[in-house]
Amino acid sequence: MSQATAMPVKSSGLDGMLIGLICILGAFWSLMAAARGVDPQMVAHGWLMLGGFIIGLVLVVNAYSANGRVEETGLYHDNVIKAGAIATMFWAVVGLLVGVVIALQLAWPNIFYFEQFGFLNFGRLRPLHTSAVIFAFGGNALIATSFYVVQRTSRARLAGGLWPWFVFWGYQFFIVIAASGYVMGVTQAQEYAEPEWYADIWLTLVWVAYLMVFLGTLWKRKEPHIYVANWFYLAFIVTIAVLHLVNNLSIPVDPFGSFSYRVFSGVQNALTQWWYGHNAVGFFLTAGFLGIMYYFIPKRVERPVYSYRLSIVHFWTLIFIYIWAGPHHLHYTALPEWAQTLGMTFSVMLWMPSWGGMINGLMTLSGAWDKLRTDPVVRMMVVSVAFYGMSTFEGPLMSIRAVNALSHYTDWTIGHVHSGALGWVGMISFGAIYCMGPWLWKKKGMWSRALIEWHFWLATLGILLYIAAMWPSGITQGLMWRAYNDLGFLEYSFIETVEAMHPYYIIRAGGGLLFLAGAILMAFNMYKTITGDVSETEDEVTPQPRAIPAE
Amino acid sequence: MADTPQKPSFHQKFFEKNSLILTLGVVVTISIGGIVEIAPLFYLNSTIEEVEGVRPYTPLELMGRQIYMREGCYNCHSQMIRPLRDEVERYGHYSLAAESMYDRPFQWGSKRTGPDLARVGGRYSDEWHRDHLIHPQSVVPESIMPPYAFLQDAVLDYSTITAHLRVNQFLGVPYSDEAVENAVADLEAQVDEFSSGYDDLIARYPGAQIRNFDGNAEVITEMDALIAYLQVLGTMVDFSTYSPDAEANQR
Repeated sequence: MSQATAMPVKSSGLDGMLIGLICILGAFWSLMAAARGVDPQMVAHGWLMLGGFIIGLVLVVNAYSANGRVEETGLYHDNVIKAGAIATMFWAVVGLLVGVVIALQLAWPNIFYFEQFGFLNFGRLRPLHTSAVIFAFGGNALIATSFYVVQRTSRARLAGGLWPWFVFWGYQFFIVIAASGYVMGVTQAQEYAEPEWYADIWLTLVWVAYLMVFLGTLWKRKEPHIYVANWFYLAFIVTIAVLHLVNNLSIPVDPFGSFSYRVFSGVQNALTQWWYGHNAVGFFLTAGFLGIMYYFIPKRVERPVYSYRLSIVHFWTLIFIYIWAGPHHLHYTALPEWAQTLGMTFSVMLWMPSWGGMINGLMTLSGAWDKLRTDPVVRMMVVSVAFYGMSTFEGPLMSIRAVNALSHYTDWTIGHVHSGALGWVGMISFGAIYCMGPWLWKKKGMWSRALIEWHFWLATLGILLYIAAMWPSGITQGLMWRAYNDLGFLEYSFIETVEAMHPYYIIRAGGGLLFLAGAILMAFNMYKTITGDVSETEDEVTPQPRAIPAE
Repeated sequence: MADTPQKPSFHQKFFEKNSLILTLGVVVTISIGGIVEIAPLFYLNSTIEEVEGVRPYTPLELMGRQIYMREGCYNCHSQMIRPLRDEVERYGHYSLAAESMYDRPFQWGSKRTGPDLARVGGRYSDEWHRDHLIHPQSVVPESIMPPYAFLQDAVLDYSTITAHLRVNQFLGVPYSDEAVENAVADLEAQVDEFSSGYDDLIARYPGAQIRNFDGNAEVITEMDALIAYLQVLGTMVDFSTYSPDAEANQR
């Protein structure tokens, strides 16, 4: 690992002291919450968080003890990225598993609900699924890859000493608080913004540290220009911070109580929430993963990004237009019509920058299209970009008010989200980790290329089953709701439309199961790559030079 | 990069050289849309109008709402009837902005795995709700809703109800000081038709439904609170007198 370029690790010790102080203050507050919490959930969380902060403190002290601090001596700080890659795989399996469970609950409620275990009902597990896949799986993939990319494209070591580790463990801690909260019934009851106020404050702290580590690394860069992937990562980090702060403005009922009231109510709350919700899609699930696309696809196929100019145009238009699109979640509601129209208009316009990004990603393969046949990882990433293109066409379509009248409140939305989440976000993350695995652990390639092939086909088939079930399911239900008989009465009772969903729910659960199976194969392949002997593999990757930037 | 111009462009010299300028550019770019769309909602007449009959939730209804949120009912049930013919015929008058003006958070929902609940109040008896929550398939055999039998045994914890009302009052929900001070009494009065607090409760919360909701008079359960909440949904505005075409209600 040590090379001529290796830098001595300097540490002022300030990073550790500050993190230690955060842990001590956090432990103090947690102890108070455990002792004086006004509801049982708060007490439980108090103990949980106390444990977390004490472990954090031990880790910090250990890092500074005589033999504790084992630092990498290379140019790049890679250990935190290795941890991030492992966490990504772990949460992928957990999040997808919960997804399969709730899909089975909808398909066979008599088998998968238990009267004595009310906390395992759909209403509590569904936020667990969405948060686990979006924030735990997706978030870890973003943090790990952004740390990888920003170092390589800046030719600089991650800034901040221990702070990257604070970001990593602090984020896992947030996930554990949020997830355990859902099962205990601690929720703000706003989709994708369910974590309660104290989890939100903690995430804010972690996120500020994340932004500072990222910016700090850019400040140290030895490259004259900031690479395009980093624009997208930066837009993702900054915008998520703004969205998170505004949408979670609330006042707790008690300083040691788990419940809070939103500062905004009714219509104002609704639009703020969907401004947040849609841009969680736009900046968490799109901009961040476009950052992945802009680094890992060119790297893997060893071709330059197709068009620099297109990347500039689509970056600025994408982030400008996305922020307006939220009201399309509120068509025909009590939100004023002009706001709905604005949301619809900008959603349709969004099609263009989205496809600009897709074209830039796909055309990067110019001159290397043969890799689609020979390299399953490239195929995975290209299929991912294709799904991105499909979802970003479908989204504007569904945002048109007349279409939305049919699709809203139905499974069509669920199908749309999953073609984006499984197809785009899932596949590009898997692709990036398949790339990073051998690079980080200095292996010749992944342990088994056959398993990657299996993963690719299981995942693709799973997605196809999923969306092929949810489209007809949603359209069927939407049409049944509005069907009239010859006498001018509604044709179907609501429960008849629920019954009609049964076969689709079974197919959907099957699709989810296949996708989960693929992720489990990947986790196994990763495990063997890290621990096993990879001297013989078909998945031979180009070794990454230690100090040469992406371009 | 293949097509990088020879002369450094404005973008290269400006945004790609300085991460703070890039950050600032992002912040400005993403702020415009949100400000234009959200800010007007705080002063436009159509979004802050008051409609006769809409009142803050009683303490018991508010606790019931908590349980509704805690169990994640919003994941499968919307509370927003759109002005479409089939929805109005199926669920009732379309939802008004004013009807959720005291909702923190709003619970409009985004998915109807189950039916809309915006006007479920008064549609079914308390007994129906109780049976349905305990074992949904006992009243709707094809239902895919999970069972909530544990609610009937869970004693309602309303130790913080005064603080709940006070925070709402602070945020602008028109609870009087008297209502905040009497939150506990009002909550207990709502499950007892013969309570001495009956008249005070009605005076503070016009139209409040006062009875034992879960059929168990010995203890106030989470079932009481949830059914009280479900029974008030969509009942506050009297649509026999409300006219959407009246000039005051035009939007």
